[in-house]
Amino acid sequence: MSRVNVVKEFIIENFLFGEGESLDLETDFFDKGIIDSTGVIELVDFLEKSFAISVDDEELIPQNLSSLQKIDVFLNKKLAQKVA
Amino acid sequence: MCGIAGILNLGKEQPITPNALRRMVSIQHHRGPDESGAYIDNNIGLAHSRLSIIDLSEGTQPIHNEDKSLWIIYNGEVFNYPEIRQELVKLGHKFYTTSDTEVILHLYEEKGINCLSELNGQFAFAIWNSNSRTLFLARDRVGILPLFYTIQNKRLYFASEIKAIFCDEEIPRELDLESLDQIFTFWTTLPGKTIFNNIRELPPAHYMLISPNGITTNKYWYMNFLNNTETFYRKTDDLVNEISETLTDAVRIRLRADVPVGTYLSGGLDSSALTETVKRKFNNELRSFGIRFENKNYDEGSFQNEMVNYLGVDHSEIVISNDDIATNFEDVLWHTEKPLLRTGPIPLFLLSKLVNQSGYKVVLTGEGADEVFGGYDIFKEAKIRNFWAKNPDSKLRPLLLARLYPYIFKDDRLNQTLIAFFKSGIENPDDPFFSHNIRWKNTGKIKNFFSEQVKDSNRNYDGYSELMNLLPPSYSDWDIVTKAQFLESMIFLSNYLLSSQGDRVAMAHSVELRVPYLDHRVIELLGKVNSEIKINGLNEKHLLKKVFKDRLPASILNRWKNPYRAPIHKALLNSTMSLVKEYCSEQSLKKSGLFENVKVARLISKLEKSNSAGEFDEMALVGIISTQIIHENFIQDFQYNYSESDSFNQFFDYRSVNQKFTKVV
Repeated sequence: MSRVNVVKEFIIENFLFGEGESLDLETDFFDKGIIDSTGVIELVDFLEKSFAISVDDEELIPQNLSSLQKIDVFLNKKLAQKVA
Repeated sequence: MCGIAGILNLGKEQPITPNALRRMVSIQHHRGPDESGAYIDNNIGLAHSRLSIIDLSEGTQPIHNEDKSLWIIYNGEVFNYPEIRQELVKLGHKFYTTSDTEVILHLYEEKGINCLSELNGQFAFAIWNSNSRTLFLARDRVGILPLFYTIQNKRLYFASEIKAIFCDEEIPRELDLESLDQIFTFWTTLPGKTIFNNIRELPPAHYMLISPNGITTNKYWYMNFLNNTETFYRKTDDLVNEISETLTDAVRIRLRADVPVGTYLSGGLDSSALTETVKRKFNNELRSFGIRFENKNYDEGSFQNEMVNYLGVDHSEIVISNDDIATNFEDVLWHTEKPLLRTGPIPLFLLSKLVNQSGYKVVLTGEGADEVFGGYDIFKEAKIRNFWAKNPDSKLRPLLLARLYPYIFKDDRLNQTLIAFFKSGIENPDDPFFSHNIRWKNTGKIKNFFSEQVKDSNRNYDGYSELMNLLPPSYSDWDIVTKAQFLESMIFLSNYLLSSQGDRVAMAHSVELRVPYLDHRVIELLGKVNSEIKINGLNEKHLLKKVFKDRLPASILNRWKNPYRAPIHKALLNSTMSLVKEYCSEQSLKKSGLFENVKVARLISKLEKSNSAGEFDEMALVGIISTQIIHENFIQDFQYNYSESDSFNQFFDYRSVNQKFTKVV
């Protein structure tokens, strides 16, 4: 399963309780109310554990976390840094 | 306080039997365990169950006027009744009791519907004029006491509790799915609605006249606020003194009773101020009652103890465990008669039990101070977001939110993401619901658990439009904090705090609550004060703190305000999981048809695995289980115990001979 699909599955399971039809790559989690303030903590915790990364304080911004696409770009960057 | 119930024929005379009235009274026996009474003629049946508080020996209802043309059944207290009575005596009215009930009846005889403007209190009553065959129903200004009605089968049925109306098996029992949508958005129903189809609530500050000429419903009082330009801007000593005197008098008249009066003491500012006033000014032997939680995250015991020691009150407390929440949830819902998104009513249900067991029938509570004096975080949130809206690119302005919600912003790393949530809607500060949109939008997400049937049924329903229609014309002239105050008072105060968390769980154990902060003189006075001095900067209830500056410890005056909450996640998913097994099983969900089974199962599985739960998941859990319980106990399997041998202590039978002997099947 691709990385973005792993994240998508987590979002569908935990925040949409199985209803994923309306979720596409650009869907904004915050605008659409998919993830609330406590949900962000769950999401970051999931990303750190699943991809063995550590998210820095300054990276915890909507530009990195507010959609599947943004998370994908962010993960690519983080994992590339890790390899390097 | 008491329970009232009645049946009025709207068309031809249909026999009304004493048994029908007995059933209605019997099912709300908890509201009035001391005695009962009824009146029946060919048009109407009125019944009453009494909790004796004033005029213990003679106040049995129904009560009539001199020529027995007017009859009243009444649930409540009018605290200025001695003064009104004196005036009525001067006008020649004759009284046969010393109760406040009879005072209202004679005041109505004297002034008609205008009597309402003179009553200072909490009430729901029915007055029957047998000459004009007119029924007058009325409810207090802020909705402290309940009154429900339905018009079906050419009859009007009314009662203090919905279950009394359901005692007539001809009344269909169905959930109102629009009301369910409202609860899953606004945290409770909007004024006038109940969770049941065709069962209405007479909204606060309304009366209804039902005569042979028709039915009219009108509002007699408005929670009014002045326009910004007209409000008091300066916190002068005169203003603080006037507030202090009005509050003291509001407490003084609420201590009028022929039984002892206690207070609820939580350790918060409002109940501490109230208890201080009673103890220091009126009753040195005061009993107070408080809630503790086993779970330290919810417990306010240290503040409570501090106040108990400071005032030297005789204090009793209950300690609430997670199991207490689960064990009492069904009983509480039998009394609230509506689904909940919070478990807060359960500890208050158990507290009223303690009060009852302590031999007390009446307690004063601090409810209403947050609405009237400006105490809620949502008011401050609106203020900060409005300030931010004036400079949306500011980096510093939104950081005030972290000061307001330290428990949300506890992880510094998430500040920027959290701020993004609160930015939602900031571009439109003129939106009438600017203050509440975020809360309601977040809550509304739990509607995702509704079944396709419910979603289909509500597809064209818009609760926001319904709410828009309830706003007064002057609403748009008010500032953002004042608008928020109004919304909180109209929706959450009346329909949840005073109801599900107030009267309903107190009267479950025959305890009457009295709320001095909601004396209409206090509300009207604070309605003239500009919100900038109610909330001074981010200092909430600034004027109340001024009044009590030298009367309460600094640690209570300056403490951080915590919202009152009770455990949800670990309480409802306790070791036995009994509520989940019974009400969230596939079979149970299928039977009600209200929620989507797969999603509910995923929610429960997620919560079972986690140690903590977010706001959204907790609201969904309480909302789903409570709706299922309401559906089971009111729709599917409505049961009540009733013995035909129960008799009224007082029974006025004015039916014609034919009707008395008509057998009703």
